[in-house]
Amino acid sequence: MTDLDLPAATPGNLPELSVSEISRAIKRTLEDRFERVRVRGEISGFKRAASGHLYLTLKDAEAAIDAVCWKGTAARLGLRPEDGMEVVATGRITTFPGRSKYQLVIDSLELAGEGALLKLLEDRRRRLAEEGLFAEARKRPLPYLPEVIGVVTSPTGAVIRDILHRLADRFPRHVLVWPVLVQGEGAAEQVARAIRGFNALPEGGAVPRPDVLIVARGGGSLEDLWAFNEEVVVRAAAESAIPLISAVGHETDTTLIDYASDRRAPTPTAAAEIAVPVRGELVATLLDLERRKLGAGQRLLAERRTAVESLGRGLPDPVRLLGEKSQALDERIERLELAWRGFLQARAARAAELGARLPHPRQQIAYAERGLAELRHRLEGVVPRLTLPARRALAEVQAGTRLPLCAERQLARARDALEAWGARLETLSYEKTLERGFAVVHGPDGLVTRAAQLAAGEALELQFADGRAPAVAGGGGTPRKKAPPPAAPTQERLL
Amino acid sequence: MADANQAPREVAELSFEEALEELKQIVGRLERGEGRLDDAIEAYERGARLKAHCEAKLKEAQAKIERIGLAPDGTARTEPFDKE
Repeated sequence: MTDLDLPAATPGNLPELSVSEISRAIKRTLEDRFERVRVRGEISGFKRAASGHLYLTLKDAEAAIDAVCWKGTAARLGLRPEDGMEVVATGRITTFPGRSKYQLVIDSLELAGEGALLKLLEDRRRRLAEEGLFAEARKRPLPYLPEVIGVVTSPTGAVIRDILHRLADRFPRHVLVWPVLVQGEGAAEQVARAIRGFNALPEGGAVPRPDVLIVARGGGSLEDLWAFNEEVVVRAAAESAIPLISAVGHETDTTLIDYASDRRAPTPTAAAEIAVPVRGELVATLLDLERRKLGAGQRLLAERRTAVESLGRGLPDPVRLLGEKSQALDERIERLELAWRGFLQARAARAAELGARLPHPRQQIAYAERGLAELRHRLEGVVPRLTLPARRALAEVQAGTRLPLCAERQLARARDALEAWGARLETLSYEKTLERGFAVVHGPDGLVTRAAQLAAGEALELQFADGRAPAVAGGGGTPRKKAPPPAAPTQERLL
Repeated sequence: MADANQAPREVAELSFEEALEELKQIVGRLERGEGRLDDAIEAYERGARLKAHCEAKLKEAQAKIERIGLAPDGTARTEPFDKE
């Protein structure tokens, strides 16, 4: 019964089949015959069902075939189908007995022709750019000297070798290689997982977290590099918290990961150069800085020393300074002595002048006498006047036997005044002048009042307040030729 | 390096690049003969520490190549890398 091989057509002898039988027979035939096919055509009527399955029709100028891509497969498709897209679909033909329709079940889908691929690439680039994935603001600076470098690439082939060589030449580092397929089915997913895997490493964990990532692949066709255009890779690169260098293909190849990376290297070797500085150059720089620092330090000290020395030279010699001051002091002392002597002389001269202007005692006495006489005269004139009332009073008293006391008081007052005047007269006497320290010089010819009157060796007599004392005039002058005879005490008395 | 006014960071905390940059600035200042002598001496000493720090970083220049392998539980671990 299971043998559905149709017997040779024999009119009237055809076996009768049920619809189910013929449908199953067709299904088996189709699925055996078209178990795996590649079909090229243009997508139309594309629809993504709520279930996640994709429905579309592939067509060319003359025919059309329905196609379906189940949800699980759809997630792994490298491209997003859209109407008008020229694709090559790989899959199998199946039918669906309930409706007796056949369709292509798509396992994978690829763009047909380079033009189409480039268009897709450009559309995707624009879409991701609009999302902001390629914004300059997202770019992070690369570390100057990474300790650990994570490399996402194939563990075999020239690329990893080139990178390791160049790193060793420049600055040997700790390199972690995350092996991935860089081409073909699943490559994009592996690359994305590796990028995320490096980012997921905790700081200070068992596996050191890289400071910078290199995602690399050697040159190839557009299709070969396609994994690095896949959205999953681009997103992983854009999201990487670790700064990422992309190095896919040759200099002329640009893949979408290059837009999302923090730095694009034209080749894998260049990526290694970007990742680390040249150790030898840094050692040289450090040496140069050290040398410059030493030089600057020494120069700085030398300059300060010179400055101190030249300032020191500017300081005056203390001994000389002291000598000058001491000389100045001597000069002052000398001047002080001169001044003192001058002052004494000036005072002496002044005293002499004042002394010369003192009136002669005789004159003074004459003045005083004159004054006294006048006073006496006035007193005499006054007394009768003063006594008049007294006398009158006396007369009255005598008359009335009353003694006027006031008259007696007035008399006493007049007596007192008289005595006062006498005392004043006394002060004017020259003897009082003697009391004040002056002396009267008596010479042989009488009173000596001028220095010129003196001759050396002359015998003098000095009169002080308390008596007289003999003296001889000093000086180197010769005695007067006409030595007078010893002076007779002819000197008249002053008083 | 930041402002001179800012308290300088511990040399050990600096990255190679920061230490090198600060060392360059210090050398530049010393060469221009700026600042007081005390400051210059201090800068000089800090320069020596910065240089030692940079040198230490340069000495850590040993290549170590490992490959990431995934443990059965999916966590990353390192394995020796043999260049094929």
